Amino acid sequence: MLPESAAKNSIGLVKPQSADITQPLKLACGVVLPSHQLIFETYGELNAERSNAILICHALSGDHHAAGFHAGDDKPGWWDHYIGPGKPIDSDKFFIVSVNNIGSCFGSTGPTSTNPETGEIWGADFPSLRARDWVESQRLLMEHLQIPYWAAVIGASLGGMQAMRWSLEHPDLVRHAVVIASSMKLTAQNIAFNEIARRAIKSDPDFCDGNYLQQNKVPSRGLALARMIGHVTYLSDELMGQKFGRQLRIGDLIERNTDPIEFQVESYLNYQGDKFSNSFDANSYILITKMLDYFDLSREYNNDPVAAFGHASCDFLVISFSSDWRFAPERSREITDALVAANKAVSYAEIESDKGHDAFLLPNDRYESVLGNYLSRVAGQLQDAQ
Amino acid sequence: MNPDYSFISDWIESNSKVLDLGCGEGDLLSQLKQKHNVLGYGLEIDPQSIAQCVAKGVNVIEQDLNKGLTNFADNSFDTVVMTQALQAMRYPHLVLDEMLRIGRECIVTFPNFGYWGTRAYLNFRGRMPVTKQLAYQWYDTPNIHFFTYADFEALCLEREITVLHRRCMADRFPDKLLKNLWPNLFTQTAVYHLSR
Repeated sequence: MLPESAAKNSIGLVKPQSADITQPLKLACGVVLPSHQLIFETYGELNAERSNAILICHALSGDHHAAGFHAGDDKPGWWDHYIGPGKPIDSDKFFIVSVNNIGSCFGSTGPTSTNPETGEIWGADFPSLRARDWVESQRLLMEHLQIPYWAAVIGASLGGMQAMRWSLEHPDLVRHAVVIASSMKLTAQNIAFNEIARRAIKSDPDFCDGNYLQQNKVPSRGLALARMIGHVTYLSDELMGQKFGRQLRIGDLIERNTDPIEFQVESYLNYQGDKFSNSFDANSYILITKMLDYFDLSREYNNDPVAAFGHASCDFLVISFSSDWRFAPERSREITDALVAANKAVSYAEIESDKGHDAFLLPNDRYESVLGNYLSRVAGQLQDAQ
Repeated sequence: MNPDYSFISDWIESNSKVLDLGCGEGDLLSQLKQKHNVLGYGLEIDPQSIAQCVAKGVNVIEQDLNKGLTNFADNSFDTVVMTQALQAMRYPHLVLDEMLRIGRECIVTFPNFGYWGTRAYLNFRGRMPVTKQLAYQWYDTPNIHFFTYADFEALCLEREITVLHRRCMADRFPDKLLKNLWPNLFTQTAVYHLSR
């Protein structure tokens, strides 16, 4: 049964699938995973030419459940505003693949899985990852699903980094890359926020050097704090002002009041932190924030983004949000400028929004029309080719 | 695309790289792509126009021309085009310099304020001209720098800009006959092909 809150244009009930990837995956750090498991969802139908597949790349805390509802759930997947029948990423036109990446904690091989060599939980020993490792694992899934190429690879934030990496590593396998609220590399400030989050997790006595699961402990206080810090940076000052202002949830600010006082924003943040710490794994958080820090699109191309994008052969759509200060519009403009200088087809839109980095998840008419128009044309190209 | 501008495409080489400043819905760029297979990019700030360009497959980049073009390298384009927007720029002469820095060549079109019709409007009515081409009231117009054919010629001379081609346009009799004889008086729209 679908919850009543499900809109008419929802993809409806969806079920995760899993794939055992038996080909060895050689990671950038040198470690080889002889096999790994991936959990993923698909929406829409693969056409007879197998030409309409779209890959959705999730960000730091994302998972495979991007759209529709799991049985019994009230809330749809994390990108349900944008994926579904008649939506910008249209499941009537495309076969959409959304995969939980390795190192994460929603069923794909990661720190909470068992290391087959030792029979123990990986925990803190899970190998260090790079965005290219996710790309390579996604490519193995692509082979598994017998998809010859992606009509589009789409991602926001860390997802956009994967889309860019796809375009450089496998130019023949990508027709379009949609890079949303992303960056060619993190700024010092951005790395700093990630390090504060990691420090918060490691400071929790229950962290046990990352081997908390073996000791039946969960560093939930540290993880909650890490999420609270992150969450603030994903919102804008403006939005927090509108949403909470200085409203009190408990107590009164009059003088001589000795009763407890709690601001709405405190309550909200604590709730978000606790919710997250119950659903995410601390080692995964450390692993994936480091992956973000290490990403540098053009490092191996003499630090020249134009030379890097010279290897791409797909068309690009780049989107940023005006109030996003974690992945600021300037970063997207750098991507766009490098693509223009590399003679690549690219369009860029800076969407007016007061929702900060989280804007990529939320409804916005302009964002919908730019993304929808772009992908309608991609769908049109598929029809022309038939 | 306004058919009057079709000759612009004769000034643009096949397979060249073109930047259109204020590209609107991308009509010129899509025509140039069809005709000359150019690699074109348009700069635009109007959300509707941007969405239209994206739908058509015209490369469009959201960028405010008045905030500068420093993100484009010297000589990174073959041709930089600006149609009917120079009069709306905060510093038209600097925009022109930038166009000639970024492009090997550039093409600009602008409404000639020296056209007899606008002169007569101001002369006899004593009010700022509101015409089909300049369809705004003085207090609410994007056109903040009015200039004439002769003004532009003087600017090119002063800034040592080479005029490769110039085309005077008028859409009715007797202007059509007289525009080349007395361009400053009978040209409604001037089109220039420039280089350094």
